Amino acid sequence: MAAGLNAYLLVGAVLFVCGVICMATKRNGIGVLMGVELVLNGANVNFVAFSRYTDLGLDGQIFSLFVIVLAAAEAAVALAIALNFYNNHLTIDVDRANKLKG
Amino acid sequence: MMFAAQSIAEFFDWLGGWQYVAAALIHAVLLIQVFALSPFAFIWLERKVSGRIQDRLGPTRVGGLFGWLQSLADGIKLVQKEDLCPPAADSMLFRSAPYVVCVASFAAFMVLPFSNGWVAVAADCGLFIMLAILSLEVFGIIMAGYSSGSKWSLFGGMREAAQMVSYEIPLAICALVPVVAAGSLNLGEIGGMQRGWFGYWFLFHDPFTFIAFFCYFIVATASCKRAPFDLAEAESELVGGFHTEYSGMRWSFFFMGEYASMFAVCGIAAILFLGGWNTGIGPLDDALYAARNAGADGTGLAVVGYLANVIGAFVFASKASLGVFVQVWLRWTLPRLRIDQVMTTCLKYLVPISCFLFLGAIAWPLLMLTVLGQTTWTSSPLGKQVSAEVYESQVVQARSAERASLLDVENRTAELELATKALVAGKERLAAAKNASESEKNSSDSQLTSLQEEVAALEKAEQEARVSLESANETAQKAILKARLLIEGRASVNKNAAAAREQGVVR
Amino acid sequence: MSGENFLFSVFAILTCVSALAVVLSQTVVRMAFWLVISLGSTAALFFLANADFVGAAQLLIYVGGTLVLLVFGVMLTASGPYMKIGTSAGETVVAGLLGLLFLFVVFACIGGVEWRKPVTGSADNIATGAVGNTLRPLGLSFLGVRPDADLATGKPPEASGYLLPFEIVSVHLLVVLIGASYLARAKRRAAPVGQ
Repeated sequence: MAAGLNAYLLVGAVLFVCGVICMATKRNGIGVLMGVELVLNGANVNFVAFSRYTDLGLDGQIFSLFVIVLAAAEAAVALAIALNFYNNHLTIDVDRANKLKG
Repeated sequence: MMFAAQSIAEFFDWLGGWQYVAAALIHAVLLIQVFALSPFAFIWLERKVSGRIQDRLGPTRVGGLFGWLQSLADGIKLVQKEDLCPPAADSMLFRSAPYVVCVASFAAFMVLPFSNGWVAVAADCGLFIMLAILSLEVFGIIMAGYSSGSKWSLFGGMREAAQMVSYEIPLAICALVPVVAAGSLNLGEIGGMQRGWFGYWFLFHDPFTFIAFFCYFIVATASCKRAPFDLAEAESELVGGFHTEYSGMRWSFFFMGEYASMFAVCGIAAILFLGGWNTGIGPLDDALYAARNAGADGTGLAVVGYLANVIGAFVFASKASLGVFVQVWLRWTLPRLRIDQVMTTCLKYLVPISCFLFLGAIAWPLLMLTVLGQTTWTSSPLGKQVSAEVYESQVVQARSAERASLLDVENRTAELELATKALVAGKERLAAAKNASESEKNSSDSQLTSLQEEVAALEKAEQEARVSLESANETAQKAILKARLLIEGRASVNKNAAAAREQGVVR
Repeated sequence: MSGENFLFSVFAILTCVSALAVVLSQTVVRMAFWLVISLGSTAALFFLANADFVGAAQLLIYVGGTLVLLVFGVMLTASGPYMKIGTSAGETVVAGLLGLLFLFVVFACIGGVEWRKPVTGSADNIATGAVGNTLRPLGLSFLGVRPDADLATGKPPEASGYLLPFEIVSVHLLVVLIGASYLARAKRRAAPVGQ
């Protein structure tokens, strides 16, 4: 496999798809969160690849830095929500969060 | 590490595209020796020091004098032990956790310079990469704690997670304090800046870095989970903490990782605060620096440059080992804290203190620049370099002020010329009107008076233009004088700056 | 095959395989372990793509911070040892098929687009440089000055900086810090009166 723009984009695509499947199939709240991390990471790979292999310049790296920082913030908030959910339901199975279902 | 990477890569030219891989492998093998041998020495040191502190002799038999082969005997014993995995454990995680710890603390050595240019990867953000890799170690410990299937281990793992997530913050901020003074994250550059007398070390750069050193050392001790912060393995409460269920070689991997990361954090302290590979004696440092450069340029013997680097590496290793010795000393002297006391120490004391130190370190160079005219209180080349830059910007300002005032003078002169012309024309018209009134005797006096008023106004305007030109001239002369003085002074400042640059301060 | 391509292949395969392992593993802590491997080798890919600072940030923030936090969350919310919340076989098959379809669509997109002016040699790229020393340009960009864009195009320096997003993100982080600690704080129930 030769390192090039397309090779990086393929890696990013695999990460993205794995993340989406993870988000869709995992019933554990924290597992869903890990899927989100994978999706964001796939986007990061694309940003860095465009920054390296096109005339985009530094923009790609800056965007991926913002994504990393915001993903950390998102994980902190989501974890706080998961802890709250656990306090109320004694589980973090997201299928049990059906109190508002009509 | 021991040679320049480029020359190794050239040596392996015949390998085609693989030459850099070959060079990287050589670096990795050399680094793994450091990684493997330093725990070997420090475990022996720990035994000896603890023995002396407890009024014993410590190991005396294995390997003759001082029992210096004791660690090897320990290692052989541990390799022979059975590799156990408890049935309640998650065996895949249980087996891979020691490798995570080991790989993380080994990879940190990748960016640690041992002497001037003796570094496997001379990254621009070396310190950042090093802190990042060292922070991975904690993940292996949490995994070990969780996957052992034992309550002791789980408690140890949770304590470690809470402790490390908190202690990473003051660790990074304290490491940033000398970085603010140096203006670089490149560990090689930071080390090179402290060449000269030991007053130039960042430890003595300002009061904030002085306190930051002790703050960093406390936090680094905690981040290696050494006593008095070794809550993750607290023997008296948790049997063995996260490594209760481990045996044999996997158990010893945790300890290799621990001693190697002790050396790594003390190495960071040595480079950031204690002058790195510089001896702290001005003339000796200069001589070593000259020898290194002569070796690198090809003007002198390459062997001499190499020997100078060996001395540098020896100085660096002694400084870092001194730090490890102090950590061992602390372990056998201080009692262990409680977990809530550990968290209080970090969150209520160390975080605010390190934030204050960070702000102070930013303000200090500005204060020094206004008081002393350079950014350090010592005669360190670093401070002069910055003051030369500031001086240069002052010169540029003065030159632009000079140019602006000269332009102003030109404009005013043009205005004065216009006013004079208008005055002359007005006077001529007045004279013509007077002649006409005298010859014809019938023209209105009112026209004459209005013309006279006009001429008076023109005279006033001309006078004003003259005054403004004079004042502009004065300003211009002052600006020119200031610029002259600054430019004359620039020669001496530049000489200082050139000397500073020669001394190896890279800016 | 040169050294760079070899390293790229190793880390790319490691990234993809461990991402797949995240999807397939059943216990959360194993998922976290595979996620660490995946994110760590992605950081290695960043180093290969001359993005040293982004790679280090990925290691420090994602792997050292976020994932430790996640595992901490797993420990706090586990109702039994090695808690498993599995999915049924039918769901797994459907998800796998849909995932393969999606992957095919994305691959077709990547292959079908002619990307704008690909730069092949690392020396041609002003921004990333040959050795990945992007620290100073990145720092200047966050302060609102873009050395690469301004030098390349001659636009005024205010045209292309990231000062405002940087400030917004820092305020956002402060809000998250306060909000998360408020959400996750230990709730003390008031003691029943008169008992």
